[in-house]
Amino acid sequence: MAKQKNIVELEDVVVKFVGDSGDGMQLTGTLFSDTAALAGNDLATFPDFPAEIRAPQNTVAGVSGFQVHLGQRKIFTSGDMCDVLVAMNPASLKANLKWVKPGATIIVDESAFEPKFVEKAGYKTNPLEDGSLESYHLIKAPISLLTKESLADVDIDKKMAEKTKNMFVLGMMYFLFQRDLDKTLDFILNKFRNKPEVVKANQTALKAGYNYADTVEAIVSTIKVGSAPMEKGRYRNITGNVATAWGLLAAAERSGRPLFLGSYPITPATEILMELSKHKSLGAKVFQAEDEIAGICSAVGASFSGSLAATTTSGPGLSLKSEALGLAVITELPLVIVNVQRAGPSTGMPTKSEQSDLLQALYGRNGEAPLIVIAASSPANCFYYAYVASKISMEHMTPVILLTDGHMGFGSELFKIPKTADLPDINPPVAKPNEPDFKPYRRDPVTLARKWALPGTEGLRHRIGGLEKTNINGTVSTDPLNHELMVNIREDKVMRVANYIPELEVYGEESGDLLVVGWGGTEGMLKSTVGRMQVAGHKVSLAHFNYIMPLPKNTQEVFSRFKKIVVCELNNGQFVKYLRMTFPEFKYLQHNKVQGLPFHIKELTEVYTKILEDK
Amino acid sequence: MLDKRIEKSPVQLTKEDFASDQMVKWCPGCGGHAILASVEKVFPQIGYKKENFTVVSGIGCSSRFPYYVNTYGFHGIHGRAAAIASGVKIANPDQSVWIATGDGDSMAIGGNHFIHTIRRNIDLNILLFNNKIYGLTKGQFSPTTPMGQVTKTSPQGTIEHPFITAGLVMGAQGTFFARVPDNNVKLMTEVLYEAAKHDGTSVVEILENCVIFNDKAHSELTSREKRDDNQLILKHGEPMIFGKNRDMGIILKGTSLYAVKIGIGGVTEGDILVHDQFNTDPGIHRMLGRMTGPDYPVAFGVIRSARAATYDDQVEEQIEAAKASSSIKCVDDLLNSGDTWEI
Repeated sequence: MAKQKNIVELEDVVVKFVGDSGDGMQLTGTLFSDTAALAGNDLATFPDFPAEIRAPQNTVAGVSGFQVHLGQRKIFTSGDMCDVLVAMNPASLKANLKWVKPGATIIVDESAFEPKFVEKAGYKTNPLEDGSLESYHLIKAPISLLTKESLADVDIDKKMAEKTKNMFVLGMMYFLFQRDLDKTLDFILNKFRNKPEVVKANQTALKAGYNYADTVEAIVSTIKVGSAPMEKGRYRNITGNVATAWGLLAAAERSGRPLFLGSYPITPATEILMELSKHKSLGAKVFQAEDEIAGICSAVGASFSGSLAATTTSGPGLSLKSEALGLAVITELPLVIVNVQRAGPSTGMPTKSEQSDLLQALYGRNGEAPLIVIAASSPANCFYYAYVASKISMEHMTPVILLTDGHMGFGSELFKIPKTADLPDINPPVAKPNEPDFKPYRRDPVTLARKWALPGTEGLRHRIGGLEKTNINGTVSTDPLNHELMVNIREDKVMRVANYIPELEVYGEESGDLLVVGWGGTEGMLKSTVGRMQVAGHKVSLAHFNYIMPLPKNTQEVFSRFKKIVVCELNNGQFVKYLRMTFPEFKYLQHNKVQGLPFHIKELTEVYTKILEDK
Repeated sequence: MLDKRIEKSPVQLTKEDFASDQMVKWCPGCGGHAILASVEKVFPQIGYKKENFTVVSGIGCSSRFPYYVNTYGFHGIHGRAAAIASGVKIANPDQSVWIATGDGDSMAIGGNHFIHTIRRNIDLNILLFNNKIYGLTKGQFSPTTPMGQVTKTSPQGTIEHPFITAGLVMGAQGTFFARVPDNNVKLMTEVLYEAAKHDGTSVVEILENCVIFNDKAHSELTSREKRDDNQLILKHGEPMIFGKNRDMGIILKGTSLYAVKIGIGGVTEGDILVHDQFNTDPGIHRMLGRMTGPDYPVAFGVIRSARAATYDDQVEEQIEAAKASSSIKCVDDLLNSGDTWEI
């Protein structure tokens, strides 16, 4: 029996699993998170993997990681600095040490720190021995070796035995966090149902890791993270890309318009295309097009035919779709364009996240081509905003760009499962057969939306297209005043959507010294920082935008209640430009970061503190 | 076979049912007029409900077509008609979908969509107006302009090898290819009907005269004096005979086709190849499609019409199969599937 260990109780913990691309870190992190969720923690996760599929082994380029932030309080982000780092080789330790808090726990596979791997990682001396890790709580465990030993009685080849080292380290982590093994044991059983020896190997390694951690003296205390006060209900873990796909499916079902997705694979948006391909049983038609242009053009065609049509992409793909977006604007057809943003320009850094497509989304088309721009702000709320984007697009007969980002798309958090019946109704303005006086551009006087007249419907044959049309009748026209009228109507139609979206909410006091302004995927980090500063007594509040074009109607009024405004974005200042143009009466400070990395609480706290101190 | 899925008109329609109230703004003498007349003739013959036709186009003179025929119509953007129409058809397979496009629209800016649509064999009917020139932009060479031709952007003659449409279509694994001149409305109408019957992507290349920027580009083939000697009009099951005196024919010798005179060198009518448009092997079809003067006549009519699975049918089949086998019947099922727990 091992010595009784101390228990350290923590509000929240950031854990990161890192290793070689082939070490199974994504799975290990996912299983650890699922078990934490079942234990009642709130959590958010983020996978951090290289653009290359299998970069050379044991190099920094090939490091793959999975971070999870879990807590007994509401968790807004996947966290910044780690409290616990699990590093399976020297390269992954080297690549991640800068993200580890001083005094944090580091578990390493000591067997992987052979001189050649230490050197390959770029270390001059072995970091486990040269004292460079003294300020951390280092747990050196010969994981690979112990895994192999624990499987001596299992009939399995050496390579497969080696592969189960991730289960060994997961077992150690379960001991450290005092978790139940059952969920993971069940998972292993189901995954390898037809390979009993593989089941045995993985289960044995998991248990061996747990027992090893119990006995080893280096682990002096265990960590307790209690249950978070979660709203009652049914939960699941969900990534932003899956949530986006499901939001589109829900909107199709509730609107009665079948879903059509025309898309081309592009990192980090591909998962939406893959996810929807799985759901043909819900009637989703998924067209993997020959290029980005065909993706959106097929969606425009499907929309003309009466589908809830969508196309999913990332920045470079949005550039290619620009012309067809203008076509959707002028034909006044519903269309949802999801842009999972990544660091640009051009190919940029495909697996790194950024918010630098905002101006492209707002203005990146020829002619006066206004459309609706909405931004989701967390993995789970991608579901809701994909749903709302679809609703607004159909009800107002205008394309909508939904901005998410790579961090949100790949990241996950707990999602309280809604009932689709509780989602808002969607009422597309579909024209009825033989509707008297049907004209392609006759409009609803309130929303200015035209009717959606679907091919096949009796009495509604009509022609639309990219040439300017007369209002109401829809015949081709180059009449100067008609063109100006149509330009203004299309803009007015978009601006009137402000009457159908919620007002801007302020997180914190309704007025104060500093209003932090953000949009999209930074919400969690901004909220965490502002929340902490509020607790510390500062008069700081947050206004976070999900609706960007049009802006919520009370935006100006909210801004006017604060002494200072700082706009924080992961770009070089795009939203702030838009705000300066829209409400020039305010003075905007700005904080920008363009490193393909999220904001950190420490960094934001410093920025806000300085602003508050400045006279 | 016409598509059983598409609802038939309860009454016999006439060309007036498809006449649009819009002024046709093509130049007098433009081949487009004949194509429009032929389409207005063939749609009532096909017999689907008039609401079940959708015409999609790209950009160019050809692409004004949807405005001139009274159906559901969509005038797209340059080169993208095939992609837009693919979405229309996949989303609503109960529509008979027609594309009006040109040589520039489909083989230059829209080349990628053109070949991939053909490869997928989506049930679309493509009317390819080939006038071998850019008309709407006033006379630049196109991907089918013959090498050496002087145009506004090739004052010393083009230095590009032109596409042969048939070769491109069959290279993209096309299942239906036909060629017609714009001055034979009877043949065009027959061919369009065949295109409608074909289950899959049908490409009908119409050699169209651009009276302003490339007049008489096809006159070697289409003029009254020359057409009989230079046109081989193919009919399924019939020998490939042509010529004013119906004494010329096509034979296969070794691995090549030859144009021969019957009665010379011991050639009899029995030696002449018999056209099999339904042959799934594209070998002979490719050779027929590439034939050109002065040694050969140019083949017209339906050159290839091979059966193959269509994309749109398979979409429906996969959805039916998934609906039958999946336990996920609605989004609530999906939301609650897999790993969930109660708090």
